[in-house]
Amino acid sequence: MNFGIVVFPGSNCDRDMQMVARDLLGQPTRMVWHEETDISDLDTIIIPGGFSYGDYLRCGAIAQFSPVMRATLEHAAAGKRVLGICNGFQVLTEMGLLPGALMRNRDLHFICDRVTVKVERTDLPWTSAYQSQQVITLPIAHGEGCFYADEATIQDLEKNRQVVLRYCDATGNPTLLANPNGSLHNIAGICNRQGNVVGMMPHPERASDPALGCTDGLLLFQSLLSAA
Amino acid sequence: MTPEAVTQSTVTPEAFAPKAFTPDEIAAEGLKPQEYEDIVQRLGRHPNRAELGMFGVMWSEHCCYKNSRPLLKQFPTEGKHVLVGPGENAGVVDLGDGLQLAFKIESHNHPSAIEPFQGAATGVGGILRDIFTMGARPIAILNSLRFGSLDDAKTRRLFNGVVAGISHYGNCVGVPTVGGEVYFDPAYSGNPLVNAMALGLMETKEIVKSGASGLGNPILYVGSTTGRDGMGGASFASAELTDDSEADRPAVQVGDPFLEKSLIEACLEAFKTGAVVAAQDMGAAGLTCSTAEMAAKGGVGIDLDLDLIPVRESGMVPYEYLLSESQERMLFVAQKGREAELIEIFHRWGLQAVVAGSVIAEPIVRIRFGGEIAAEIPALALSDNTPIYEHALLAEPPAYAQEAWAWSSDRLPSCSATGLTRSQGKTSWTQICLELLASPSIASKRWVYRQYDHQVQNNTVLLPGGADAAVVRLRPVDPPVSAQQATRGVAATVDCNARYVYLNPYEGAKATVAEAARNLSCVGADPIAVTDNLNFGSPEKPIGYWQLAEACRGLAEACRALETPVTGGNVSLYNETLDSEGTPQPIYPTPVVGMVGLIQDIVQICGQGFQQEGDRIYLLGTPLDALTPSVTLGGSEYLAFIHHTTAGQPPQVNFDQEKAVQAVCRHSIRQGWVRSAHDCAEGGLAIALAESCITGRKGAQVTVPLPTSGQRWDELLFAEGGARIIVSIRADQQKDFERYLQEELAGFWQFLGVVGPANKGFLISTRDNLTLINARMEEISSAWLNAIEKSLEAD
Repeated sequence: MNFGIVVFPGSNCDRDMQMVARDLLGQPTRMVWHEETDISDLDTIIIPGGFSYGDYLRCGAIAQFSPVMRATLEHAAAGKRVLGICNGFQVLTEMGLLPGALMRNRDLHFICDRVTVKVERTDLPWTSAYQSQQVITLPIAHGEGCFYADEATIQDLEKNRQVVLRYCDATGNPTLLANPNGSLHNIAGICNRQGNVVGMMPHPERASDPALGCTDGLLLFQSLLSAA
Repeated sequence: MTPEAVTQSTVTPEAFAPKAFTPDEIAAEGLKPQEYEDIVQRLGRHPNRAELGMFGVMWSEHCCYKNSRPLLKQFPTEGKHVLVGPGENAGVVDLGDGLQLAFKIESHNHPSAIEPFQGAATGVGGILRDIFTMGARPIAILNSLRFGSLDDAKTRRLFNGVVAGISHYGNCVGVPTVGGEVYFDPAYSGNPLVNAMALGLMETKEIVKSGASGLGNPILYVGSTTGRDGMGGASFASAELTDDSEADRPAVQVGDPFLEKSLIEACLEAFKTGAVVAAQDMGAAGLTCSTAEMAAKGGVGIDLDLDLIPVRESGMVPYEYLLSESQERMLFVAQKGREAELIEIFHRWGLQAVVAGSVIAEPIVRIRFGGEIAAEIPALALSDNTPIYEHALLAEPPAYAQEAWAWSSDRLPSCSATGLTRSQGKTSWTQICLELLASPSIASKRWVYRQYDHQVQNNTVLLPGGADAAVVRLRPVDPPVSAQQATRGVAATVDCNARYVYLNPYEGAKATVAEAARNLSCVGADPIAVTDNLNFGSPEKPIGYWQLAEACRGLAEACRALETPVTGGNVSLYNETLDSEGTPQPIYPTPVVGMVGLIQDIVQICGQGFQQEGDRIYLLGTPLDALTPSVTLGGSEYLAFIHHTTAGQPPQVNFDQEKAVQAVCRHSIRQGWVRSAHDCAEGGLAIALAESCITGRKGAQVTVPLPTSGQRWDELLFAEGGARIIVSIRADQQKDFERYLQEELAGFWQFLGVVGPANKGFLISTRDNLTLINARMEEISSAWLNAIEKSLEAD
């Protein structure tokens, strides 16, 4: 599978993602500069974490106007896969590829930690390698990760089963205590209606390398490969 | 994408005429009257306003080490791993396999006292530039912080601001903040300490140095624009803080980590073209320092035209250009004819890049502005031929120290196996242990490191809070080495027990180096080299100089003994606050030691938490019932926090013992025998055991000998020192391990007990079954984990 990893000025998880796709998964992987317009060679586009354009104005607000994101809109419309991680999730909501918005964390601090999340759907190409309702541990690192949308949108997301990952305790209960940032409905990651576009605040690429201890995120990428 | 530069204003030549300055004008630049005489003598004339300003910053302690240079000379600076020692932007050590590590520590104390968020943020930005200026990609940040008491609202504001500033800059720039230390003591109330250390992996074939060369080569200014922010920061940093220091807020720089991230990528790309001859970041004293140092180191001159410098505001005069400390700027010497190639790289990253001058033969710094020569100074007079002050050392230790040394533990209230007699009655050792665990200096720093992205770059092998030192995998990104092939790691730590140093600067400094090495050994790393940050009061006062000189003597001796040469560092003096009555309040002398260690295989490491029920617990180092000056309550956290007393002689380091214990610890980790290792630091044996329990979420049943004659119960439990490390091993390896210990450490180890299930709790009893400490896991965990958050809830 051809992976493309978008590089904005200020992206800083691009190489981490590259290491996973290229070294751990052994897939052809290309870094895509934000000014590029032709991404037709790529199967999966990943918008990595970081601080695209310094998070000036608002997280992800400027990145949406970059040439590569215009191309990504077409890529998504053609049913090809797009994954936004952390800042990448923020970019996807800013450009309307995914609903809702990511706001300042509940306690107003940046949080870097490992959290437990529940895989709500395993019928997506992104999650098929997980067990249904599996509780996994993934790293988070964000200041603006509080998922917010109006009541109707939230209801739509739930009704259409667009919530992919939900913060939960070790036994799978989406409790207030297990919610690190105040996200509505403990939402950690969502997909679009078609399921080809996914955004998530947790970092699966930081939980893929056995040398670093945790590999719960690797299954997400392995799901993709087996779906291809 | 390049921002438009603001257009220049015109200027009259009279502005650059030399003139005799008044004592007030001289003092305003931080210079002494004698220093002004020296300037006139070196120039053969009076300086002009801009030149006076340049001397002011370059002759500050921050830039020229005029008080500390004679003392720094005694540090060992060479060793088998050292590639670049003191004098460049950062030290560089060889880690084998073609891996080279640049590392350095730097302070941003004064700015952080005035404007904690930007002060701390730009401290991080500055130390990162020192690293990537060498051609190294930054891979980790650590920091060493000191604040007053958390009971004070001002301290809470500073603490919050500093942590937020470090978090803001480090997270955005994409370099993980993997470790550090935080202490709270009223000695730092008005003058917090913010020291940041950075590590980088060399990415260019050659180490990029700062000496200019090649007559006619262009000087390239790259990065951000120049503005009036941070004017004279170096001079400001070299004076005491007063009640009026708030007015110096313009001397605090404002950082932009986004620009710095782009600058890292652009600089590394530029260095790889081979078209960059030399590079120097613009930190303290901005353009003045970078031009003077590059010229002086290269034995050449630099001719720079300020009209070509991109600015962010109009109407600036040369004095302002030259003293601006605007962030995220660098100066290059480029190969003639290859400027355009370099400029294109920076423009692609949305950064400024202009040719602003050239290398000249005459060894001077010549500054042009508005078609006139605005300043012309011999480069050596600014950066090498600078004043040096040799102060007289006190003939005998100062009264405060002698008085403190007269203290002995028999002054403490009585105690027994059941606890300590206090004014409110008898307090059990369990209660004392819980109180100590909640002492902000001992308590978990989770509230702090949770705000730092400590995992970005995907190389953090041991997470903060889980081990005595940070461990980062060494995985070059260009040319790339795959994750599977990258097996080497670097361990890093920053340490200083300043209370020890205050009580006895010589012994305290030795203990600081020993602890840093011990922390590295506890994760399985071979200590390699040191970068030090000397945070002291005024050296112009006899006590201040005594502290500085004695600490330097101790550092030098310890670094020699432990074979960890010093590759560079930073000196921050005048850390004093003048209260409203004008009485100076110096900080504790705080020589922070940043140490790096090599890990051959990142699989052979360990953390501090107990791993498995049934594992056997051992003490390596001075046995519990030994009476020796290397183990004492003098200067201990127990004495300070429970008895509100700072007195006694701190623990004395025995290097032979220290080296033997550390070598055994490292070997045992590599053999896979040791599954957890944690050094006994503040709070001694009881606290170290409790921390291993909490981190590992396991209980422990520990048996200790009865106190020997002359030893108190609290000395048994909470005394510090003694090169002690607590390790746990698999039960079935007990025999082999004990045989090995007996061979290598005869008389310097003890069996302590067994790791238990969490629900059995944390238990310390004597060999004849007297219970000393018996606490539930939830109690010790909650006391330790939540103390800092609770102290902050007051706001």
